[in-house]
Amino acid sequence: MSTIATSSAASMPQAHAHEEHHENNTVFGFWLYLMTDCLLFASFFATYAVLFMNTAGGVSGKDIFELNFVAVETAALLLSSITFGFAMICAHRQNKSGALAWLAVTWALGACFIGMEVYEFHHLIEHGNGPQQSAFLTAFFSLVGLHGLHVTAGLIWMTIMFIEITRRGLGEQTVTRLSCLSLFWHFLDIVWICVFTVVYLMGAM
Amino acid sequence: MALHDAKLTLNSNSHASSEHSSDTSHGDVKSYVIGFILSVVLTVIPFTLVMNGDFSKVTTIWSVVTLGLVQIWVHLKYFLHLNFVTEEGRANTFSFLFSALIIFMVVGLSVWIIYESNAMMMY
Repeated sequence: MSTIATSSAASMPQAHAHEEHHENNTVFGFWLYLMTDCLLFASFFATYAVLFMNTAGGVSGKDIFELNFVAVETAALLLSSITFGFAMICAHRQNKSGALAWLAVTWALGACFIGMEVYEFHHLIEHGNGPQQSAFLTAFFSLVGLHGLHVTAGLIWMTIMFIEITRRGLGEQTVTRLSCLSLFWHFLDIVWICVFTVVYLMGAM
Repeated sequence: MALHDAKLTLNSNSHASSEHSSDTSHGDVKSYVIGFILSVVLTVIPFTLVMNGDFSKVTTIWSVVTLGLVQIWVHLKYFLHLNFVTEEGRANTFSFLFSALIIFMVVGLSVWIIYESNAMMMY
């Protein structure tokens, strides 16, 4: 093991090895940010779990959640995860047009998700079930809205990456940034698994 | 001298593993497709369970939570490429496990405390 390690290190130019290490540090640093973001989501989930029965005589989850609608939202987000994966594979193979095409598909799926969420929120508020009605609705809007804000930030970031790749191509720094966005996007999909399980599925029972 | 050797081995190890991890950290088409298929199955089952309502509430809740946890594991393994093999994968995995512990404490203990206090007030 150690002889293999030494020989491969020796055959690698020093500068390249240094850059690889730097890239890993950047991605790892971003991963640590995501872990703190986990804690932010955890506190919102704790708030929701504590408050979801306090409906103040208003609607409960059973009355307002449309599981068919949520299933389509989930499908859009899950599909966008695999399309982003394909974009990353293209990026690592220096396939610029492939990466851009898959990024565009991912963006469209993410935009569908956000569009549906905005529609759902608008629909709820229009029918007098806004976040000010009960502790349950406040917690619901905060938790789902926080996830929605993250996805929106991801879409803005993706737009910027799209422009960067178009102009500069797939340089090492660009691919590192794309790797961070990829972690962010997959992380949001994991948070969504928790949201649809805890909020929608358990709420609609 | 021994110290110098040890340092050299450490350095070359980290270089070698960073080279190795750049092969594995972004996965391949196969791993994404497997992850995707598993995720679809693990999403369709809980939605069907709740929408049909064939089972008792307790059974449904436990099944939905378990399937959710399995799907999170699938995402971590196939989309985020967490592992115990590469140096980078290990660092990511352990920082994730630490966060998971904190999350468990924040969410689990909040729920426990508030439900017990509600029960005491016969709420």
